[in-house]
Parts: sequence; structure tokens; C-alpha cells
Amino acid sequence: MDEQRFLEYVQSGGQVETTDRMPDDYRSKLVKFIEMHGNSELMGVLPEREWILRAPTLQRKLALTAKVQDEVGHSQLIYRVVEDLGKPREQCLADLISGKSKFHNVFHYPTKTWGDVGVIAWLVDAAAIISQKALLKCSYAPYARIMKKICWEESFHILHGRDVVLTMMNGTDEQRELVQEALNRWWGPLMQFHGNPISKEDDPMYIWRIKSQGNEEARQQFLDGYVPQIWELGLTVPDPKLRKSDDGVWEYSEPDWDELKHVVTGHGPKTQERLEFRRKFLEQEAWVRSVVLAEAA
Amino acid sequence: MIFEVFRQEKKGAAFAHAGSVEAPDATFAHAYAHEQYGRRQESEALWVVPRDAIHEVHDFHDELHQTYHRVDGYPLKEKLRLARERAGGTAKSVDALSAGGG
Repeated sequence: MDEQRFLEYVQSGGQVETTDRMPDDYRSKLVKFIEMHGNSELMGVLPEREWILRAPTLQRKLALTAKVQDEVGHSQLIYRVVEDLGKPREQCLADLISGKSKFHNVFHYPTKTWGDVGVIAWLVDAAAIISQKALLKCSYAPYARIMKKICWEESFHILHGRDVVLTMMNGTDEQRELVQEALNRWWGPLMQFHGNPISKEDDPMYIWRIKSQGNEEARQQFLDGYVPQIWELGLTVPDPKLRKSDDGVWEYSEPDWDELKHVVTGHGPKTQERLEFRRKFLEQEAWVRSVVLAEAA
Repeated sequence: MIFEVFRQEKKGAAFAHAGSVEAPDATFAHAYAHEQYGRRQESEALWVVPRDAIHEVHDFHDELHQTYHRVDGYPLKEKLRLARERAGGTAKSVDALSAGGG
């Protein structure tokens, strides 16, 4: 199949399997996109991990631990897909810790208080599930298939996050303040999360139908679904320009695209510390891998 | 090694492909599959199969249009209309039979 016919095939809703022939550009775009997703799942547990020992109740500690296990499980599933496309997991991990490959902007920031834990699980996971649900229609079928399980598990995380936030909003003034402060901290990164509003027709990931929607479409969906839920709790969204226009489109202040670029290229407030953590553990656990592989051989 | 995992959602259901796990041997593969595909009790049972043991068969052609072994080989609508016409007024419709028969 030549590249033009392949393009028409995926653009008309056709799906591709691992053993099918595919253009090199499609394969490399897939690897780049899916690998970044896998990296994000793996790095995304670190901000929450910091709170396992400080969780306010045993129930919360268990729920947070389970969420961390889910996300690491997702990264395993996703790296498997990347591996079948030709890039081994060891190489993905090596590129991650050397800073060669990227992970999502929201995982480069600190988790200051328990309020952040609630806002991350509720709103960061909500933003993520919007992107992931759109991937259920990805032209690469093995990726689309695992997304079903991932979306199913993410839905628990949103519940967990919402429960944390609601509990705090029903608590003392101090607890309510922690949620508001966390929302203030996370709003900027959340608005940057779905990427700059380039037209989907100019987005190579959309052209190949790796993504099935444009960046702005995803952000509008997020605002439409969650701003009313934020407002009804008496929380304030830290953007004076935020409003829904008469034609149903959300207006907002321009997100800080320079910050997004700066953060995902390795300059976020927690980027280096978290990569160092991954480096340390890969090194520390090398003996486990060598023992296990030697025994299996 | 790569192991493909098939899961049965409930008793009596067919096993369907769920995904794959990478493991150094079968024992690890079982443990990983158990965690990855069953820790929320979402599976009744799993089949964990080395990828090498799976043989894909495809290319199903139908040059001779053998429609006689498929439902689309039996378009009855037109024939039924003709048969009903020939039967004319002598046959009662199903509706009339059930309404009159009580």
C-alpha cells in the first residue's frame, strides 16, 4: 500500500494492526506519541506517590496506592504497544531518563498539599480521560484496544479525586482553602494540557488519525464538562476572562504556551528531581532484572 | 518473552484477547497477567499463551461467491411477496389468524 492510499485508508476510519505494512512516517509518529503517553503514566505516579505516606486516612492511603498501581500498569501496557512497533522498553526508559523523550506537562509540578492530590486525581485525570477516550478511535488498533481498559480504570481515579475534593469542601475553612489554592496552582497547567490550538488539519497526529480530535476541541470538552462542576462547589476558577459565550464556546485567557514548552523540554520545577528518582531506581534494581533473567534463561 | 493474555469476563463467556505481558518465564507471566487483568475481579479466568504458540491465519477469499452457506444467499422477501400474491385471498394473514383465534 503506498503512502497516499494508506492515508486515505486511515482517514476513512480504517484501522491498522501490528503486522500490517505501514509507512515509516506513520510508524515513527506512532512510536513518538505512544511512548510519550507511556512515559507520562510512569512519571505521573511520582507526584501522587509523595503523598502515600502522608494520606489522611488508611482508606485514602489504600486508594492512592491502588491508583499508583493502575498508572504503572498503564505504562506497562503502553510500552508493550511501543515494543511491538519496534522500540524496546529498555530503550524507552533510557530515553526517558536521559531527557531525550518527553512526558506530559502536568507531571512536572510539585504536589504541595493534600488539596493538590484531590485536584490532580479529579481534574488532571478528567483532562487526560478526554484525550484517552478520543484514542479509542485511534487508527492503530492495538493502541485503541488497550485504551478501553485504561479509560475504565481512569474513571475510578476521577471518582476518587472528586471524593477527596468533596470531603474537603464539606470540611473546615482551612480545608476548603487548600482546595482553592490547589486549583489556583493547577489551572494554568490544566489549560495548557491539551496543547496549543493548532488546526487539526495541520496536526500530523490527526492527519494520520492517531488522534481523533483537535487540541482545542478537547479543551472545550474539558471546560464544558468540568467548569460547572467546579463552580457548583463554590470554588473560583482563577481566570477572570473565563465564560461560556452565547454560541456555547468557552472563552478564556490565553494559556502560557511558553511555560508549556519550557516545562516539557525538561525545565519544569520538578522535572530533574523526578527523572533523578527514576534513574536511581533503575540503577538500584538492575540486580533484580539480572537475577530474574538469568534464572529464566 | 511476550505472552498474549485472553480473558473470560464471566462464566460461560468466550475468552477474548485482552492484551499482552512481557515476562522472563511462564510463572512471572501468570503473576503479571493476574495483576494486570484480574486484580479488580473483572475476570473469571485468563489464558496466558506464549506469543510464539499463536498462529495467525488470514486471507479468506470468496471468488466463487458461495452465498449458499451464508444468510445473504437467501433473499426471501421478493419470493414471499410472489407466493402471497398467488395464494391470493384464500390464505389468512398471520394477524387475522391471531386476532380471530383468540
